[in-house]
Amino acid sequence: MTRLIIRRVGSALLVLLVITLVVFILSRVIPSDPAVVYAGPKAPPEELARIRTRLGFDRPLPIQYLDYLWGLVTGNWGDSLSTKRPVLLELGTRLPATLELLFAAMLFATVFGIVLGVVASKRPGGVADGAIRILSIGGVSMPAFWLGLLLQVLFVGQLHLLPATGAFSTQTQYLHPIANVTGFPLFDSLITGNFVAWGDGMTHLILPALTLAAYPLGLIARMTRASMLEVLGQDYVFTANAYGVRSFMVRWRLALKNALPPSMTIIGLAAAYALTGTFFVEVVFNWPGIGQFASTAMLSVDYPSIMAITLLGAFGYLVANLAVDLVQARLDPRVRAS
Amino acid sequence: MTATPTMTSATAALRPAAFSARDTGLSRLIRVLRTDWLAAAGLAIVLLVIVLAVFGQWIAPFPAQGLGETSAATRNLAPSVAHVLGTDQLGRDVLSRIIMGARPALVISLVVVFIAAVIGIPLGAIAGYRGGWLDDVLMRVTEVFQAFPPLLLAMVTVAILGPSLFNAGLALAIAWWPWYARLVRAEARSLRDRPFVEAARAIGVPAWRIVSVHILRNCMTPVLVQATVDIGAVVLAAGSLAFLGLGAQPPSPDWGLMVAEGRGQIFTYWWISTFPGLAIFATVLGFNLIGDALRDLFDPRQVKR
Repeated sequence: MTRLIIRRVGSALLVLLVITLVVFILSRVIPSDPAVVYAGPKAPPEELARIRTRLGFDRPLPIQYLDYLWGLVTGNWGDSLSTKRPVLLELGTRLPATLELLFAAMLFATVFGIVLGVVASKRPGGVADGAIRILSIGGVSMPAFWLGLLLQVLFVGQLHLLPATGAFSTQTQYLHPIANVTGFPLFDSLITGNFVAWGDGMTHLILPALTLAAYPLGLIARMTRASMLEVLGQDYVFTANAYGVRSFMVRWRLALKNALPPSMTIIGLAAAYALTGTFFVEVVFNWPGIGQFASTAMLSVDYPSIMAITLLGAFGYLVANLAVDLVQARLDPRVRAS
Repeated sequence: MTATPTMTSATAALRPAAFSARDTGLSRLIRVLRTDWLAAAGLAIVLLVIVLAVFGQWIAPFPAQGLGETSAATRNLAPSVAHVLGTDQLGRDVLSRIIMGARPALVISLVVVFIAAVIGIPLGAIAGYRGGWLDDVLMRVTEVFQAFPPLLLAMVTVAILGPSLFNAGLALAIAWWPWYARLVRAEARSLRDRPFVEAARAIGVPAWRIVSVHILRNCMTPVLVQATVDIGAVVLAAGSLAFLGLGAQPPSPDWGLMVAEGRGQIFTYWWISTFPGLAIFATVLGFNLIGDALRDLFDPRQVKR
C-alpha cells in the first residue's frame, strides 16, 4: 500500500509539472499583449517597455518558465492584472467560500445519491426506478446556471423564502461580524458561537448548494443503482435471502457495503466536475468564491489569475482522482495487486 | 424483471458472442425504443431539434428577429398569442430566437464531436494496436489533457484565444479528443489478440489495414454510444461558455447567451432566460436519454431491465 501511494503521488507530481508547462505555454500564446492589459490601453511605449522588463517578458522563454516555476514554489504567483494584488492572496481569501459550497453540495449529493440508487435498485423497471432514472439523467443534463436562475425565481421571486445572492446578508456582516479563526466563514461562525451569522449563512448556502448538487447527485444515483444491481445478483445475496435475512438488512447492509466502492469512484469524479460547476453557480448566486473571480479574470484576460486558476483547478482534479485511486486500492485488494 | 443469480460473470462474458454481428444497429435500436418510452422520448426531442435546425427559418414566426433584428415596439412582452414565449429586452421574439438557435447549437456540437473523434480514434487505435513506446507517449499526452476538468480547459483556451463561437468550438475539441483516444485504445488493446486479428496478421495483411478495418470496425459501438452522449454534453458546454461570455457573441441566437442576456431581469421578465435554458436542458436530456438506453443495450455487464 505504501509503495502504491508513493508511486501514485510521484506520477501525480510529474503530471503536475507537465501541467505547469502547458499552463505556461498557454499564457505565452495570448494574442493580446499582457503589458498593455497591465498598464491600460493608453500607456506610452516607454511605460510599456518598463513594464515588460519589470514583469520579465524580455527574457528568453525557458528562463521565464524556470522563473515561473520558482515563483510557484516560493509563493510568488504574480499579481492579478485587474486588481493589482497578489494572485495567491486573491485566491486564498476566496477559496474557503468555494470549498464550503462544494462540500455542502457533495454532502447532499452523496447522501441522497446513494439512498436514491439503493431505492431504485429495489425493483428495476418499477415506478420508483423510473422516477429516479428521470431525476438522475435530468440532473446530469441540467445547465447549472439555468437551474440556479429557476430556483431563484421560485424560492426568492415567488415564495420569498430564501435570499437570492451572496454568502451573508449585509446586515449580518455589520451586526454580527464573523471572527476569523480558520478562514472558513460558516465553520468559524459555528465554532465561535455566532449562531445568527451561521443561520444566515446556511440560508444563503441552500440554493447554490442545491444547484451545484444536481449533476453529482445524478451521477452518484446512477452509479449506485448499477453497482447495487450487480451485487444483488451475486450468490451471497441469494444465500442471505434464502436464509431469510430481512430484505432491508440484505439491501442496506450486506449489498450496499459491496456496492459502495464503485460509487466512491464516481463521488471523486463528480466532485472534480462540480469544481467547474462552481464557476457558474457562483456567478449566478454572486457567491464570493474562486469561480466568480475566475470568470471575471477570463473575460478580462487577466492572465496571471487565469494561470493560477487553471493550475488550481488541475490540482484539485488531480487530487480528487488520486484520492479515488487510493480509496479504491484500500477497499479492493485486486486493485492493489495490479 | 429482477436480477437473477444466474447473471454471473461467466454468462456475462459469453454475452457479446451471443449477439451476431448482424443484430447490432438498427433492429436492436427499434426494439429498445418500443420497450423504453424514455429513450423514445429522447429520440423525439432530438428529432425535433434536428427539424428545427434544418427548417428553422421556415418554422420561426419572426426569423429575422431570431437572428438579431431588434424591434423597439415589442420590448419585454410577456408570453401571449402573438409571442408565444414572450419577447426579450430588445423586442425580439424569444421563440424565434430559440428556433434559430437550434442550428448553431447542433452544428457546433457535431463539429466538435467529429473533430474530437477524428483526432482521437486513429491515435487510440494505433496506440492500442501497436503498444510499446508509441502507446506510452500517447497515453502520457492524453493524461496531461485529462488532468484538467474538460470545461475548465475549454474555458481557459477560449479566454486566451479570445471569446468567439469558433474559438469555443476549437477549445471544446481540444478538451474532448483525449477521451476518444483512450476509449478506442482500450478497445483496440482487447481486440489485438483476438483470433480474427491474429489470422489477418498471419496471412500478411498490412498493419494499417488491420487497424483501419479489423480494429476500428469493431470499436465503433462504444464510440457511437459515447458520441451520442457527447453531442449533448457539448451543447451544454458550449451553452455554458456562452453564458459566461466566452462563446457565441451577441446578437447570435445562442441559447446560453440568451440565458445570460435575461439574467438581469429574471424576477420581472422571467421568460427571457427561462425558455432558452429549457431548450438547452431538453436537448441535452434528449441525447442523454438515447445514450443511456444505448449503453444499457451494449454494455454486457449491466443487468437488463
